Amino acid sequence: MFAYISRRLAVSLLILLTVSFAVYVIFAFLPFDPAALTCGKNCNDPGIIEANRHRLGYDLPFFTQYFLFLKGLFFGRSFGEGAALINCPAPSLGYSFQQHACVTNLIGEALPVTFSLAIGAIVMWLALGIGLGILAARFRGRIVDQLSTIFVLIGTSLPTFLTGLLLMVFVVIRWHLIPFPSGNYTPFLENPFEWAQILFLPWLTLAFAYAALYTRFVRSSVIDTSNEDYIRTARAKGLSESVILGKHTLRAALAPIATMAGLDFAGLLGGAILTESVFNLPGLGRLAISAVVKYDLPIIVATTLLAAFIVVVMNLIVDILYAYIDPRVRVA
Amino acid sequence: MTLLKVENLSVDFPTPDGLVAAVHETSFEINPGETLAIVGESGSGKTVTNLALMGLIPLRTANVTGSAIFETHDGPVDLLAMNRNDLRKYRGKDMAMIFQDPMSSLHPFYTIGDQIIEAHQVHNKVDLKISEARTIELLEMVGIQGAATRLRSFPHQFSGGMRQRVMIAMALVNNPSLLIADEPTTALDVTVQAQIMKLLSDLQKELKMAMILITHDMGVVAGAADRVNVMYAGRIVESANVKDLYANPLMPYTQGLLASVPRMDRPHADRLSAIPGQPPSMIALPSGCSFNPRCSRKSEVGASKCESQMPNLTTRGHEHFARCFIGEGV
Repeated sequence: MFAYISRRLAVSLLILLTVSFAVYVIFAFLPFDPAALTCGKNCNDPGIIEANRHRLGYDLPFFTQYFLFLKGLFFGRSFGEGAALINCPAPSLGYSFQQHACVTNLIGEALPVTFSLAIGAIVMWLALGIGLGILAARFRGRIVDQLSTIFVLIGTSLPTFLTGLLLMVFVVIRWHLIPFPSGNYTPFLENPFEWAQILFLPWLTLAFAYAALYTRFVRSSVIDTSNEDYIRTARAKGLSESVILGKHTLRAALAPIATMAGLDFAGLLGGAILTESVFNLPGLGRLAISAVVKYDLPIIVATTLLAAFIVVVMNLIVDILYAYIDPRVRVA
Repeated sequence: MTLLKVENLSVDFPTPDGLVAAVHETSFEINPGETLAIVGESGSGKTVTNLALMGLIPLRTANVTGSAIFETHDGPVDLLAMNRNDLRKYRGKDMAMIFQDPMSSLHPFYTIGDQIIEAHQVHNKVDLKISEARTIELLEMVGIQGAATRLRSFPHQFSGGMRQRVMIAMALVNNPSLLIADEPTTALDVTVQAQIMKLLSDLQKELKMAMILITHDMGVVAGAADRVNVMYAGRIVESANVKDLYANPLMPYTQGLLASVPRMDRPHADRLSAIPGQPPSMIALPSGCSFNPRCSRKSEVGASKCESQMPNLTTRGHEHFARCFIGEGV
């Protein structure tokens, strides 16, 4: 098990290094001059541009820049000198000249928002998707199953921005089922109730789409597993149907869900762009989108790298977790 | 005393294309300690017969009729009249089943110890330690070395033959009076097949249990069975004790089955003989005797008779029954 984990860890590090390099290559060879973009609109003074280029290190050779970027991740980095010295402590992801802030700080503000959004949504969609999927499989062909099929169809075909707006219009404005989510995002530790109240609709929006996918997946996984020979063996032992379902069928049927949920969660942490935009949440997705619109290259590099980092780490966690769930993986 | 008396067991599966009569009015008996072999081609109904007895055919998909009086620890019960939840008391306790493919019949996520202990616990309200001791005893009995440590191994850490031994241990953990073995050696290497069959017959003698052995291997039947039921297209076509059947097969289908087995004591032939044709479609059975399109001897009684009437299963000698017009009433 130890050898397995260390091998997976080494591979993960290698992947991250490759991704960071690839992102940096794109960054360095895009047909934009990052230095020119640093001094705002209508900036034509070549002196300022060159000064900024020097301050941000964009005048250095490509590999030196990449090395400094990597070094900044571990040891922090300063830009400029004297009175204009800007210091971004480790892990430094660069400095956004447009927002006049260290990128790490910007991400530090956005990540908790996205994390809050993702964690609430995944809890909702797992509960709904797994529950409905099991019910649909258990009562295959009956009314519950047919209703779940309708739900799956709607959930998978509606885009999240539409679901979000529909929920807003009907659930909040027309039917007054929940109060209008007023105010800005509030951190959980500050006011958990407000936190939940503001995030409830975004959660529901995301959960709706994912729960539909999970319902379909869980349903077919449970049905497939029910037809396995070892389920017949369990029945031949004289076990009750509830033990067969709970202990034998679900254990095997839900194992692949761990992988799926881990990766979907990672994908959301990278930024739920549409949902964050619809509900005006200051998360990573919105940070990335505004950076793309404004060519804020340090933020683009940082958010891309962070998304990759999250996916790689989640993959690692899921793989290790899976080895505990499925004993056959442990020897491999 | 009869251990199990099956009468007029029929299993029909309604399908969009019509009713599949997988088993049709089958009756047989088995005495304590006896081995009954059920032989036949794939699709002849031998597995379905036994799944029906175990209550393992999903009710939604099939109509099961008939009766099966089984002598349990509670006295005689009708396995086919009972609801599935009541049947659980006897399933795995008075009767147990081992399946064709030991590779897929064990749960891949649980240790074999957990799985056998679970089989013991469900029928015995005893401490886990007692179940574990019983499991080790069984694993040793089926020839698994170092049972106390192998208990904690997962199915994928065993070979096919070893897994079938585990399945046998699991089936025997509650000392059943009837063991149903559904082609227990089909998925195994030839050398392992012989070991498993020997193990089964040794255990059967030791534990004095009856066994229904489902197989299409006539060689296995000769070595292990007391009585043989030959099934074709959902019906028993011949039933006899094993010596009579091999010495004097009456139904042309049985004769064909026996002729298709390679034998050392026969003069060398160029090719093994085979039964011509395919087993019939269970939705559109041929009229008359189901076997008539493949029968090479129907001219002996007149083809039109075989093609229009289903022969009955009639007595041909001491406990020897056949479903054929040839030799009927002689």
